[in-house]
Amino acid sequence: MLIALEILWTVPALAIVISFFRGGRARHEYVNLLSAAAVFGASLTLLIIAPARPRVVAWGYIIISPFGNWVVFCAGTVYLLTSIYSIGYMRILNLTANQASRFYGLLEGFALSMLVAPCMNNPGLYWIVIDLTTIISAFLVGFEREAESIEASWKYLIIVSSGLSLSLLGIVLFYWGGTFHLGPVYSMTWAALHSVAGKVPPSLLLTSFLLVLIGFGTKAGLAPMHTWLPDAHSEGPAPVSAMLSGALLNTAVLGIVRFLHILDGTKASVPAHLAVVIIGVFSLLIAAMFIVRQQGIKRLMAYSSIEHIGIITIGFGFGGILGTAGAMYQMLNHSLNKSLMFFGAGNAMRSYKSKEIDKIRRVLSYYPVTGTLWLLGAIAITGAPPFGLFQSEVAILRAGITSTNSWSVWLIAVLLIVIFVSFMNHFRSMYFGLEPEANGLPTMQFSCWLEVPMWLSLTAILVLGLWWPSGLLHFFIEAGKSL
Amino acid sequence: MLTVPLGSLAESLFSFLMTAALVLSFVMVGSHWLRNHIIAFATESWVIAVLSASVAYYGHYQELYIIAVLTALFRGMLLPYLLLRLVNRLDIHREFRPLFRPASGMLTGALLIVVAFALSSSIGDKLKVSNSIALMALTAMFGLMLIGFLLMVVRSEAISHILGLLVIENGIFLGSQILIPGFAILLELVILFDLLIIVMTFGILVRYLKTHAGTTSSQELQKLVG
Repeated sequence: MLIALEILWTVPALAIVISFFRGGRARHEYVNLLSAAAVFGASLTLLIIAPARPRVVAWGYIIISPFGNWVVFCAGTVYLLTSIYSIGYMRILNLTANQASRFYGLLEGFALSMLVAPCMNNPGLYWIVIDLTTIISAFLVGFEREAESIEASWKYLIIVSSGLSLSLLGIVLFYWGGTFHLGPVYSMTWAALHSVAGKVPPSLLLTSFLLVLIGFGTKAGLAPMHTWLPDAHSEGPAPVSAMLSGALLNTAVLGIVRFLHILDGTKASVPAHLAVVIIGVFSLLIAAMFIVRQQGIKRLMAYSSIEHIGIITIGFGFGGILGTAGAMYQMLNHSLNKSLMFFGAGNAMRSYKSKEIDKIRRVLSYYPVTGTLWLLGAIAITGAPPFGLFQSEVAILRAGITSTNSWSVWLIAVLLIVIFVSFMNHFRSMYFGLEPEANGLPTMQFSCWLEVPMWLSLTAILVLGLWWPSGLLHFFIEAGKSL
Repeated sequence: MLTVPLGSLAESLFSFLMTAALVLSFVMVGSHWLRNHIIAFATESWVIAVLSASVAYYGHYQELYIIAVLTALFRGMLLPYLLLRLVNRLDIHREFRPLFRPASGMLTGALLIVVAFALSSSIGDKLKVSNSIALMALTAMFGLMLIGFLLMVVRSEAISHILGLLVIENGIFLGSQILIPGFAILLELVILFDLLIIVMTFGILVRYLKTHAGTTSSQELQKLVG
C-alpha cells in the first residue's frame, strides 16, 4: 500500500524535475503522460488495496483513508484524461520547448499538490497544501498571458487567498477549543479534533466551522464566494479548466466534509449540516441564474461546476448512508463529465475561434463525432438518464427526503430542471441554430489526442449510469463511517 | 492557551504589544501612500516578533524564540523589502481612487474593532474565559482580520490587496501565539515559507498585470463579468 502512495507522489515529483531540463516539446508531453498513467494506476491500486479503516503513517502526518483515496482517485483520473488532451490542445497553441517545459512542469506540480492534500492528517498542513494548489494553478490560469487571463488569475489568487485565511482562523479556533481539555499542546490531527469536539462548547464549534466552510467554500467555488471561478475556469487553457473543475474542487470539498464529520455527535452538528445545505442550495440558485443567460461557452461550463459542487455539498449536508454515498458518487461523475465538457468546449473554441456561444453553430454538421460526444456529455451533465450523474443526483435527493432538511428537496428539483432546460437550450442553438457567418466557418481537424479522452470519459459515465457496482456502494458505506 | 500565571508586568506588556499592532493597522487605513503602508506593516511584524519572544520568555516555549527571529527577518524585513521594490518598479506610490477618505476609513476601522471586541467577549462568556490576555488576543485577531478585509475592500491598487492579506495573516499569527502557543512549530514555519511564496507570486503577477492588462487597479480590471 505504501508503495502505491510512493509511486503516487514520487512519479509526478520526478516529472517536475525532468521538466526543468532542456528537451524537445514532445519529451515534456510524453513524460507528463507517463507520469499521469502511473498516478492513475497508483491511485486505483490504493483505492482497491487500502484497508477500510483509516491508517496513519509517517509519524502521524499522513492518513490513508477510504474517503481521501477516493478524492485522490478522482484527481488521478482527471489528471490522466487531461494529460492525453493536453498533448493535442497545446500543440494547437504551438508552444516553444521552453513554454512546454513550463506548462507541463506546472501541470505536474498542480496534480501533485492535489494528490498530497487529501492524505494530510494535520488540518494545518492540509490548509497549506490547498494554498499551494492555488499558487501553482494561478500561473496555469494566466499561462496564455492575455489581459483577460492575467486578470482572471489575479482575481483567483486574491479572492481564494483571503478566503483561505478565514479557514485558517477557523482551524486555529478549533484547536483552541481543544486546549481546554487536552492541555495547551496536543497533536493536531483530524482524529484528535474529532475526539475532543464533544467537550467544546457548541457555539465555538459552530463559529469555527462556519469560518472553515466559508474559507474552503471559497476554494470549492460555493456561492456567494464563487466569483473567481467563472473567470479562472474560462480564461485558462481548456486542460487547466478541466483540472481546476474536475479535480481541485473535490479536493477543497474534502476539507469541509472532514470538519463537518468532526462535529458529528455534537450539538453543533444539526446547524452545521443546515448551513452546508443552505450554501449548497444557494450555489445551485446562482448557477441556475447565470446559466440561463450565459454567453460564454466556458463560463457556461464553469457555472455548471458551481452547480455540481453545490449538489455534492448538499449530499454531504443531508448526510446518512445514501447522502454520503450519492455525494461521493457525484464527485467521480462530476470529474469525468466536466472533463469531457471542457474538452468539448476547448475543441469548439479553437475551431470556431471564439469563446461565445453565439458564434458556435451547426456543430454536428462540421464535427459529427466530437459533436455527438459533446452533446451526449451535455445531456449527462444536466443529470439526465442514463448517465452517472442521474444516479448520484437521485441518490442525493432520496437522502434529502428522509433528512432533517427535507424542505430543500423540492427547491433543488426545481433548480435542476431550470438548469437542464437552459443548458439544453444553449446546446440547441449551437447544434441546430442558423449557419455561422461565411468567414467564421470552422476548418480545423481534431487529432486523436483531442478525441480519445472524450470517448474515455463518456464511456465511463455511461457505464457508471447504467450500473452502480455493488462493491462501490459497499465502499461508500465504509468510507462514510470514517470521513 | 497561555496557562502559566502572568505577572502584572507581563500582562501589561502583552496588552501594550497587541494594542500597538492594532494601532499600526490604523496607520494603513489612514494613509494613502503605499510606502507608509509597508513601513507600518514592517513595524507591526516587529511588534509581533517581540510578542513571540515575550510569550517564549514568560510561557517557557523555547521554540517561539526561533519564530520570533524568523518573524522579524521574514515579515519584518524580507517581505517589506520585496514590496518596496515592487512599488518602486511599478512606480505607483499611492492610492489614486480610494473608496473612502482617511477619516471615514478610520471610523469604519474603529467600528470594526468594536465588532471584534463584542465577538470576542461573547465567545469569552460562552467559554468562561476569565483570562484578559486571551480576550485581548481574540479581539486583536478578529480586529486585524476585519481591518485587513477593510483594506482590501476600499482600496483598488493590487499592492494594497497584498498588504490587506498580509495584515489578515499577521492577525491570525498574533492571536495564535497567545491562544495556542503550543501549536505545532512546524506549522508556523511552513506558514512563513508559504507567505514568502505568496508575496513572490503576487509580485510576478502584478508585473504581468501591468504589462498585459496595462493597469494594476482593480477598478480598471472590468473585462470579466457575468
